[in-house]
Amino acid sequence: MASLVAILDLKGKSLIQRSYRDDVPATHIERFLPLVLEMEEEGHPVTPCFTNQGVNFTYIRHSNLYLLALSKRNPNAAEIILWLQHLTTVLVEYFKELEEESIRDNFVIIYELLDEMMDFGYPQTTESKILQEYITQESHKLEVQVRPPQALTNAVSWRSEGIRYRKNEVFLDVVESVNLLVNANGNVIRSEILGAVKMKCYLSGMPELRLGLNDKVMFESTGRTSRGKAIEMEDIKFHQCVRLARFENDRTISFIPPDGEFELMSYRLSTPVKPLIWVEAAVESHKGRVEYMVKVKAQFKRRSSANNVEIYVPVPDDADSPKFRASTGSVAYAPDKSAFVWKIKQLGGGREFLMRAHFGLPSVKNVEDGERRAPITVKFEIPYFTVSGIQVRYLKIVEKSGYQALPWVRYITQHGDDYSLRTAQEKGSAAIVPM
Amino acid sequence: MMNVLGVGARAAPKKGENFELRADLNSEYRDRRKDAIKRVIANMTVGKDVSGLFPDVLKNMQTEDLEQKKLVYLYLMNYAKTQPELVILAVNTFVKDSDDSNPLVRALAIRTMGCLRAEKIIDYLSDPLAKALKDENPYVRKTGALCVAKLYDIKPELAIDNGFVSQLHELVADSNPMVVANAVTALSDIHISAIAQAAEGTAPDSRATFIISTTVLNKLLIALNECSEWGRVAILNCLARYKAQDDRESEHICERVMPQFQHANGSVVLTAVRVIMVHMRNVQREDLITQLVRKMAPPLVTLISAEPEVQWVALRNINLLLQKRPDILQNEMRVFFCKYNDPPYIKVEKLDIMIRLAGEKNVDTLLSELKEYASEVDVDFVRKSVKAIGQCAIKVDSSAERCVNVLLDLISTRVSYVVQEAVVVMKDIFRKYPDNYEAVIPTLCANLEELDEPEAKASLIWIIGEYADKIENADELLAIFVETFMDEAYQVQLQTLTAVVKLFLKKPDNAQGLVQRVLETATKDCESPDVRDRAYIYWRLLSTDPGAAKAVVLAHRPPISLPRTTVPAGVLEELLGEIGSLASVYHKPAETFVGRGRIGADALKRSTELDDETSVREKAFKTVAQGQKSENLLDFDEPEANGEGVRSSIMGGGLSSTSSGPAGIGAKAPISVLTSSNPLDDLVSIFGSSSLAVPTHSPSIPSPLAPFSVTPTAPKPQPPAQKDLLGIF
Repeated sequence: MASLVAILDLKGKSLIQRSYRDDVPATHIERFLPLVLEMEEEGHPVTPCFTNQGVNFTYIRHSNLYLLALSKRNPNAAEIILWLQHLTTVLVEYFKELEEESIRDNFVIIYELLDEMMDFGYPQTTESKILQEYITQESHKLEVQVRPPQALTNAVSWRSEGIRYRKNEVFLDVVESVNLLVNANGNVIRSEILGAVKMKCYLSGMPELRLGLNDKVMFESTGRTSRGKAIEMEDIKFHQCVRLARFENDRTISFIPPDGEFELMSYRLSTPVKPLIWVEAAVESHKGRVEYMVKVKAQFKRRSSANNVEIYVPVPDDADSPKFRASTGSVAYAPDKSAFVWKIKQLGGGREFLMRAHFGLPSVKNVEDGERRAPITVKFEIPYFTVSGIQVRYLKIVEKSGYQALPWVRYITQHGDDYSLRTAQEKGSAAIVPM
Repeated sequence: MMNVLGVGARAAPKKGENFELRADLNSEYRDRRKDAIKRVIANMTVGKDVSGLFPDVLKNMQTEDLEQKKLVYLYLMNYAKTQPELVILAVNTFVKDSDDSNPLVRALAIRTMGCLRAEKIIDYLSDPLAKALKDENPYVRKTGALCVAKLYDIKPELAIDNGFVSQLHELVADSNPMVVANAVTALSDIHISAIAQAAEGTAPDSRATFIISTTVLNKLLIALNECSEWGRVAILNCLARYKAQDDRESEHICERVMPQFQHANGSVVLTAVRVIMVHMRNVQREDLITQLVRKMAPPLVTLISAEPEVQWVALRNINLLLQKRPDILQNEMRVFFCKYNDPPYIKVEKLDIMIRLAGEKNVDTLLSELKEYASEVDVDFVRKSVKAIGQCAIKVDSSAERCVNVLLDLISTRVSYVVQEAVVVMKDIFRKYPDNYEAVIPTLCANLEELDEPEAKASLIWIIGEYADKIENADELLAIFVETFMDEAYQVQLQTLTAVVKLFLKKPDNAQGLVQRVLETATKDCESPDVRDRAYIYWRLLSTDPGAAKAVVLAHRPPISLPRTTVPAGVLEELLGEIGSLASVYHKPAETFVGRGRIGADALKRSTELDDETSVREKAFKTVAQGQKSENLLDFDEPEANGEGVRSSIMGGGLSSTSSGPAGIGAKAPISVLTSSNPLDDLVSIFGSSSLAVPTHSPSIPSPLAPFSVTPTAPKPQPPAQKDLLGIF
């Protein structure tokens, strides 16, 4: 339950605000940033929720903005934060980018959205596709007055009736992001696969869909022996269109999809993953200069290949006059990230490459103190491949008009937001484990 | 009309932007009027005062253009309070709109009228609201439902007397799940207000409270699977408040709520966890409990991959859940490893949780991870990581040696803040394992020069005092601190004082001069009453009965341990019943921060009476509320079961134990590792619990002191005693 919602710029100035309840005066908005700065100064970590003078401040950051909710009582903090995130998503879908300028240019529509998405401090509709049906940037051009879409209050609140397509198609993208952490000895100490099934749905009417995966739990419960590998997903999250009770019962994923693009489900596996792309760096520090030798190896089957590989190797902040030599790809210095980036357009399975880098170090520093220990990070995509082995067995589409629809499936594996290797080693300090 | 304004304009030409706006608002062209309204709203948005245009904006309210209507309504919401007289002019349009053929317009009128908060307009709200609640369109009904809560907020009697609240109860049975969700939301909102508004000592109006019956329960369970994500949160909120009739019903609720763990919305997941934690209390079937706990873990872990803000809320709640059920995530420690770019507030929480999950099996991985963190650049995080290594040693006995080795590695880096923190941590390890790691002491003492933080200094001094008999040059080391006594922070002074007395009791020949000097400086020149008082006590003890002094100062102390919970058991239960809320994020009962004026014990009593909870919980609750009034609640880190022991030891249990024999109270109180900055805790640690047999050896008393009898009172002398003291010197 939020009493007041405001979007602030980085100076703490309110760009737009909406009061939902009378119990928190708008003057508290001005206190937000000074309070944050004060906490920072006193060395307290600034948390996403804090209370001051009986007013609860809850906020999230989005690019150069704060989205702030003020409240009294003991509100559901998770709900407020997630609502603010939904608000961000909706505004981004409306304006492409959410920033100071887009807010100033679109204040009228933002007020309308704020009015529709929350009432008396309680979240209402946050489905941007449904909102776009009756809150539009061109509303004044409409001759006929808009009416509330049925979907607003239907049990199916995410899809409107009467959608028509000449060609009925569904595109499924199974995207797996790999997060892993390799320690200095070369051992994987943490790894997880975050998977998502994304859909692009171009289907007429109110279709009933059923998705079949090689889900181990389902195979076991139905006593079916699978031909291929079955996978065990540790946690599955569904879009609100999926019938959760049905899934709980017999692991059937059945739903009426929203129109267009959406994420149907996400899942997580913490089965150990071998680093698909292995990187190690030998660092040689001398007086006034530092040298790197970086080795990359694609540790997956030969018939696959990784695209757009980017390897970030951290260097000291003050490194200058870079010199690179790479056996493949291109290397560039990114001083803003205190790293150099080795880019390889295509890296074939089983291949291995080397590169060397040389930097000057102008300031004389004790090697021991203030040493940065940022890990090496890697970005990549491997198409037509999933690490977990997940497979879409079928996607059944039934609509009362009886049309035939074509499902298309695509698989891809990529880096997660934390694919890091602490394998940059000072030469001679620790042996690199042989691969 | 234009004319009238025109005259005004002529009288005061160029009256700025508002003047132009006024002209445009009254323009004969529709587009120009609409454009003017937009500019008015734009000015309002940037904080310019456009309240003067109220009548002119109002004139544009009646329009077919929905966007324009919304803008005018928005303007009204902002300025209705400043222009209560003029708001009445809007009533007609509102009433007319609430009869419009377009449900969007009907709902908009109802929604806005509820937001105006002007007494005058409220009286006209009744009819349209009554119609809205019976509207054929669910969108209007759901808007009407919330409007009842708005009305109650302004005029409770009106909402009750006109039957709106009872109509809400009917809407709980509505065919549309969204209407059900909003009716439930409104009823809960009214319920909370009613409890808050009830005068002290009286029960809230029963017509405003929302007691969930079995019939309502079933309706909620059905609507739960059908409504939107936010509706689910509202319904789950209510389910957590429901008092189950028997264990069968609790089991039923758990089974029905469990599928919500799979929802993509994290607040649905957390609120579902809340419902399960509440109703699991009554579940008897072991297999179901196992299943619930097993199913709870994966969704919680998934929340750790969410955006940092959501992650943080999840982490705080996981921390709480682990205090009740340490088994939930026992195999999942790796997911809490800190990422290099995690925000600081996340890293701190993750460290805390990792320590909670530390055990024999995973301690090695944890230690190498903590060591890695200790070499990062964020000083605060590095310190906390070093601290965590110490906590690890204290929690997992078998890991202590490895922890000490890691600490020694860290000390050898000679990075100042790492060394200082490591010294503090070593002190705690000595408090747990007094006899195991004496070999480390020389290494610690070698860093004496580098210490400049009071806590690190105090810790090292404590170690020197504690092992004075084993450190050959203890007297020289302590002399350094006695030399600079007056310049030190007062916790360093306290520790120097105690350490020197310990040294004197252990090696009387080496330290006579030193003890004399420190006692004199402390009693005569020191400004801190705590330091003075402690010095007086030592002096008196030493002069009257050196045997007793030895028994007190060198007494055996119980080993420290990590507190299993950070809040008393009763409060923990309370907070688990509010998982996902701000209270559970703060680990504090809501009453401590909602700021409805002072937190009276009455308010607490009322809320607990309503909940008819056990008296244990009530008691714990009051204790915490009082603790909050006096100081920071987060330091209140003793489990409730030991609460009594703690409180009495703070009041000087150490001293009283000298007279009460081996079963001293202090022995029962686990001493937290992290509170060594609190001088009172130091006292507790200095004065042990058991009074050993008084040794016959009596050291010579270095100063001509008048004999004092040892009074088993608190360390602070009573006023008359102090007078005596002063009289004597």
